[in-house]
Amino acid sequence: MSLVLGLFNYWIVIILMMIGFYVVIAASNLIKKIIGLNIFQTSVFILYISIGKVKDGAAPILADGVETYANPLPHVLILTAIVVGVATTALGLALIVRIKEAYGTIEEDEINEKDGSL
Amino acid sequence: MLVSTALATVFMRDLFAVIMLFGIYSLLSAGFFLNLSAPDVALTEAAIGAGISPILMLGTLALTRKKSESEPQAKKSINGVFLPLFVVTITGATLIYATFDMPHFMDPEAPAHNHVAPRYLEQSYKEIHIPNVVSSVLASYRGFDTLGEVFVIFTAGIGVLALLGFLADGSGRTYWQFADTASLRHHNILHVISKILIPLILLYALYVQFHGEYSPGGGFQAGVLFATAFILYTMIYGLQAAYAVISPKVLYWSMVVGVLLYAGTGLASVFLGGNYLDYNVLAHDPVHGQHIGIILVELGVGICVAAVMMSVFFNFAGRTFDPSSQKKGGE
Repeated sequence: MSLVLGLFNYWIVIILMMIGFYVVIAASNLIKKIIGLNIFQTSVFILYISIGKVKDGAAPILADGVETYANPLPHVLILTAIVVGVATTALGLALIVRIKEAYGTIEEDEINEKDGSL
Repeated sequence: MLVSTALATVFMRDLFAVIMLFGIYSLLSAGFFLNLSAPDVALTEAAIGAGISPILMLGTLALTRKKSESEPQAKKSINGVFLPLFVVTITGATLIYATFDMPHFMDPEAPAHNHVAPRYLEQSYKEIHIPNVVSSVLASYRGFDTLGEVFVIFTAGIGVLALLGFLADGSGRTYWQFADTASLRHHNILHVISKILIPLILLYALYVQFHGEYSPGGGFQAGVLFATAFILYTMIYGLQAAYAVISPKVLYWSMVVGVLLYAGTGLASVFLGGNYLDYNVLAHDPVHGQHIGIILVELGVGICVAAVMMSVFFNFAGRTFDPSSQKKGGE
């Protein structure tokens, strides 16, 4: 039982990660691929934050009378990663817009077709 | 709940619904982060995941949907579903097998908590005098990481500009209007409410920026919140009005200024005889120097992030009704 409870969070992370992974592989629409990538990314964030959590730990803002804190390091890494993530997502979306302009579609198979016929 | 929302995103065909669900998913995960005692991260995720990235995705949708309105019926072959499913299941099973070696959730003895983290928690108040450990680690102990990340954001912003860039050279025949807001512009309720909300959001952003040492917050969150306020303004009042408030040129410059402020703080500490990004030398008293350094650096981060987000949004929005790009899209 403690095994299940102790690892439950990681399993959720893995399920989410695999959902994102599946979308990235299987979806043919490029916007959906980006969303899949974002789900994947969020699962990694959750993994880090779960690692940072300590039993009975408070948020890492020092205060009197609080003994245990959550680990601040993963928080730092993830909070910058989220902002970097949205910046790179924006870059991906911009690429999609340009692909749409060049190919007239954002469906992967149609793009491949056009590439083949060129 | 998180899993079910994520699953729903997979099965939805309609992209609009998918994007909305993604916003909900982000909000849920923000709540999850708060639950795991990570308020800083939750704040960032809520502002970004539920605010900015769905807006950008919707912007892309508006740009790419023009022609292929009626094409979401992607017919998938058996191969197209089961092969990825197979790969995913194998990978997932391997990963789950790997978790059996991991320290249990919330275990205080886990290796992650016994390396540098206790030092940060115990020494940072003495050295920096800032209660929010996340801020002091972010801006001071791991200043190099953060500098690198700011540069990544900056580069991504430049990339978007290069890909979608309309530089504000006033190239006459294009008229910038955010297509979807044409109808919003005459909604009185939205006008009044946004007029009340926007100053509050801006004020909150400034609070988050300058109070980040004592409560959750800091440059990253403040920049994003600031950008959100402007994006709301743009959506309600149209791009023209937004340009009147803050012109793209100012944004491009402030992107650069933000990065340079961060890098310059590092250089200043070199000139004053310390190491790069070693704030101790910025004032006579090391603790005071750390304060100045962190405030400057967070300000640089905030300016850069806000400017990048806003200019990215302006680029997406400005492209929507750009006749020249529509012509290109038709070819």
